[in-house]
Amino acid sequence: MTETATTAAPATAAHVPAVKAVGVHKAFGSLHVLKGIDLTVEPGTVTVILGPSGSGKSTFLRLINQLETLTGGSIEVDGELIGYKHVTKNGQDMLQTLNEKEIAAQRSKLGMVFQRFNLFPHMTAIENVMEAPVHVKGMKKAEARELAVAELNRVGLGERLDYYPAELSGGQQQRVAIARALAMKPEIMLFDEPTSALDPELVGEVLNVMLSLAKEGMTMIVVTHEIGFAREVADQVVFMDGGVVVEHGTSDIIDHPTEPRFKDFLQHVL
Amino acid sequence: MAKKETDGEGLDIPNRIKALPVKRTGPIVAGVIVALLAAMLIQGLVTNPRLDWPTVWKYLFNENVLEGIAYTLILTAISMIVAIILSVILAIMRKSINPVLRGVSWFFIWFFRGTPVYTQLVFWGLFAVLIPKLSLGIPFTSVEFWSIDSETVITAFNAAWIGLALNEAAYLSEIVRAGLEAVDPGQTEAAKALGMKRSLIMRRIILPQAMRIIIPPTGNETIGMLKTTSLVLAVPFTLELQFATNAIANRIYKPIPLLIVACIWYLLITSILMVIQSRLEKHFGKGFDARPIGSRGKQPPLPGKTEGEPKDKVDKLNDATFSGLTA
Repeated sequence: MTETATTAAPATAAHVPAVKAVGVHKAFGSLHVLKGIDLTVEPGTVTVILGPSGSGKSTFLRLINQLETLTGGSIEVDGELIGYKHVTKNGQDMLQTLNEKEIAAQRSKLGMVFQRFNLFPHMTAIENVMEAPVHVKGMKKAEARELAVAELNRVGLGERLDYYPAELSGGQQQRVAIARALAMKPEIMLFDEPTSALDPELVGEVLNVMLSLAKEGMTMIVVTHEIGFAREVADQVVFMDGGVVVEHGTSDIIDHPTEPRFKDFLQHVL
Repeated sequence: MAKKETDGEGLDIPNRIKALPVKRTGPIVAGVIVALLAAMLIQGLVTNPRLDWPTVWKYLFNENVLEGIAYTLILTAISMIVAIILSVILAIMRKSINPVLRGVSWFFIWFFRGTPVYTQLVFWGLFAVLIPKLSLGIPFTSVEFWSIDSETVITAFNAAWIGLALNEAAYLSEIVRAGLEAVDPGQTEAAKALGMKRSLIMRRIILPQAMRIIIPPTGNETIGMLKTTSLVLAVPFTLELQFATNAIANRIYKPIPLLIVACIWYLLITSILMVIQSRLEKHFGKGFDARPIGSRGKQPPLPGKTEGEPKDKVDKLNDATFSGLTA
């Protein structure tokens, strides 16, 4: 492992990390998917998680956004423990599960983009983007509309405001999904294989939007198979296999892998 | 659905194929036979003196018949509205994380689907005998704040729509449940990720999409309800269309023409309901069948779920329809 090039920011920094996972375990029934993941993501950096399918990388991303619940360990977002809070019961420190409202509040810091876009098919592009600002934040419709137009312009879809998802190409749908997440002004964006369901010629337009987001200083965690994107954009690259982090470092590790499993993986992907 | 038209019309295809269609004699023979049978049937109906068309016309707009139609429509409307509201509640309860709510919903459906609607209507007619007084108080004590005689509340009319609505709710809730389950779970995840709460997700994301699947079988159920109202004589409630025509028939000893009167009206109302149903289907199909002509619609099918969706819907819908048909 290249120790000189671990995470982008030094540990001595006074600020809190955007995401800090310590000893994260996740099991589905008897299936042990994550076996102790430690990962720190600094604000304003891009972390790319690579790994073969079934390595648990998507599960890890979903844990950050509480779409799954932790089995062991802890995840802090912006210095705040997610999913639980510490309470004192009978003089003992215990974890209390958060209620729906508290979880929703924690999620508001995170934006998520899914492999299969998951746009709301009964709403037009602009309605998709306006939905959460209006109904979660209670924003006025006119104001939300302005915001939505701005976000859709940002992803290059200013011309497609009134199209239904079924009328858009996969790449366009994914860009609407990114605009929808950005409209909630998240501090961190999570991308779960955002280009895996796209035809090859449509991958570029989505990666370009992600690239410009990274340049704007958005904190991003990206699960992907796009090695080129990782090499170009990532501040931190993590290779997961079998539920553990096998190797991590800067994007240099893609060209100079040390672990045999990572070498093997790269040979198959590149 | 797109109209069938010649492929590549107006395009310059030099070696365009012009061939005669496949020879089919079978369909032509079958068509002729069926058309002949239909013509014979119509001729028989029109000329059969026992159908007594003059009597049919005489009673078609009879005062009692018109009143019967009004009651039939009112009963259908009230019971369907109540049933729809109740069925959505039951379906959501059925999917609740709370085992008590799940259990009650399951029991409700089990009971009301498992007994004949006729029997249930007789029961509602006897409600006042079974429970003479309705009261509000503290459960399991004799403390009472308010009470009323059942007879004044559960009139024949009220018993009729309550009976119909509760029975219907049990069927509809299975249709609603199939609709809710047909919505892709990714929708809930995306909505959660945007910070939406369960109730909001249900109202804004899941239900509107489920409506697409729920409406066709519900239209079917509404048409079924229109005819099931004729069973309320079990209560007994005796003002709806079937009973009204039957009463006249018994008075003038001419049952057949009055059955025709009833059929004409039921068919007319059913036809109107069908038009309403197709309007509703169009409304809730927004975004799903929106693949318009021209540049907007030219995109290839999506790799995502949009293409696969109608498929899993078909069997669910059939399930729901079948359970409805066996009412």
